[in-house]
Amino acid sequence: MFDQLPQLPCQPGVGYKAQHYADILKNADPVGWLEVHAENYMGDGGRPLAQLQFLSERFPISVHGVGLSIGGEGALDQDHLNRLKTLCDWLQPTSFSEHLAWSSHDSHFLNDLLPLPYTSGTLTRVVDHIDQLQSLLGQQILLENPSSYLAFAESTYEEPQFLEEVASRSGCGLLLDVNNVFVSATNLNMDPYAYIDAFSLSRVGEIHLGGHDEDTDDNGAPLLIDSHGREVADPVWTLLDYTLDKSGSLPILVEWDNDVPDWPTLQAETVRAQKALDRVYA
Amino acid sequence: MIVDQTAFHAALRNPSADIPTGLTNDKGAPAGSRFNVYRNNVTTSLMDALSDGFPVIHKLLGQENFKNLARDYQAAHPPSSPLMMMFGAEFPDFLRTHPGLAKLAYLGDVAEMEYAMRRSYHAANSVAIDPAVLASLDETSLLASTFQIAPSVQVCTSAWPILGIWRFNSIVGAPKPTPKAECVLITRPDFDPSPEEITKGDVALLQSFANGETLETALIAAQTIEEGHDFGRILQCLLAGGAITKIDTKG
Repeated sequence: MFDQLPQLPCQPGVGYKAQHYADILKNADPVGWLEVHAENYMGDGGRPLAQLQFLSERFPISVHGVGLSIGGEGALDQDHLNRLKTLCDWLQPTSFSEHLAWSSHDSHFLNDLLPLPYTSGTLTRVVDHIDQLQSLLGQQILLENPSSYLAFAESTYEEPQFLEEVASRSGCGLLLDVNNVFVSATNLNMDPYAYIDAFSLSRVGEIHLGGHDEDTDDNGAPLLIDSHGREVADPVWTLLDYTLDKSGSLPILVEWDNDVPDWPTLQAETVRAQKALDRVYA
Repeated sequence: MIVDQTAFHAALRNPSADIPTGLTNDKGAPAGSRFNVYRNNVTTSLMDALSDGFPVIHKLLGQENFKNLARDYQAAHPPSSPLMMMFGAEFPDFLRTHPGLAKLAYLGDVAEMEYAMRRSYHAANSVAIDPAVLASLDETSLLASTFQIAPSVQVCTSAWPILGIWRFNSIVGAPKPTPKAECVLITRPDFDPSPEEITKGDVALLQSFANGETLETALIAAQTIEEGHDFGRILQCLLAGGAITKIDTKG
């Protein structure tokens, strides 16, 4: 069992983009740690790995996998597990996280985080895959809640209960993406505050925030898209405050992966995250 | 109504397929166009990855043409690995054999050069030899030596001016390409892959090195394909690019 929650600092972090390298080294404030997508650092060498090594000597690093397909029906990809192991052995990150989702099928990688039905069958499979990953890495991982655009009629668990079961059986921690909660709740007509109330906040080792786009479905119902391409929306900041009031301080990551802005714009988002943390201390 | 991943995957890959029964919207009714969010995410993210990897091809084809080709490509060659940094290995051949691109026959070779630049960028680090090592060897030992080349070194050959086309579309103020065959050497002196034009004899020489043959054999190969081949010039290129990692005098 790996029962210790990762020790990222309870400060704002950012999803690292290479175009911000020089800016971050000059003035990262208030950013206290960085998160990188594991799959971007699986080349054999060159600038990406050199920059990551340099940054890791200055900041705690969270490695965030986006390609393992933990929710996949098939076995985990052994080659990819080995690559993750190689990266983590070399980098010694402070935290490792992945998603409650699938992204590969029949050796096709789909480059998206696809949804799962919340059933006992899925639960067993996800727990087995997390066991395998944690044993290989020798550390506890965090598992992130997805953003959903549809539901499965066959589901027998609500998502917070499903994640609680996964965490208690596998010993993994949870990564709570507050924007995903807001997106899923809006899309599936649920109360995001009730979701937070039902969520095992004591198991949360990290919070994610990102921007979403607004659309509608064919019935004119609101459909939010988890685009990570703009500022975090105001109601998501409010939901963050509600969450932090219940959980206490946590490491908070701002993600901005598409239409990546200049550093001052992203930095302004982290200042807002710092203010949310300051509220908790006040 | 159980929706397994085989059914979900099949519907994702075929935009005109029925959406699997058992997927629901906010009211518990069939999910309808909500499923298209996943279809769009898959298609768009792969098209973006291809565009990031082949910026010159994107520029040459224009946004609409590139999007259409990228959609066809990822349908025909879905990635088999989550490493998007190497997505597009079959794109050069896809362009070469695409019936609609017969008049743009150079595209495949330009794409191959872009892919070679990416391979170079992500290749393993290596330590270049000190050029003084060369001066310390007598001619007989040097000719009997083998040359180990850095993993970041790539070579492309084409019947078209691929480097001229690449430069004209990548570097502001670069001259228009002139019609001719071009061979390209990519080295990575620091972390930035750097392409330059080399000769057919140089290509033969480098191929000989890659085969583990001695300098003497490599020079004969170069002379055979290119009379009067200038070894001094390519040697300077290789040294300046940090491309030689070992000279083994044991042969």
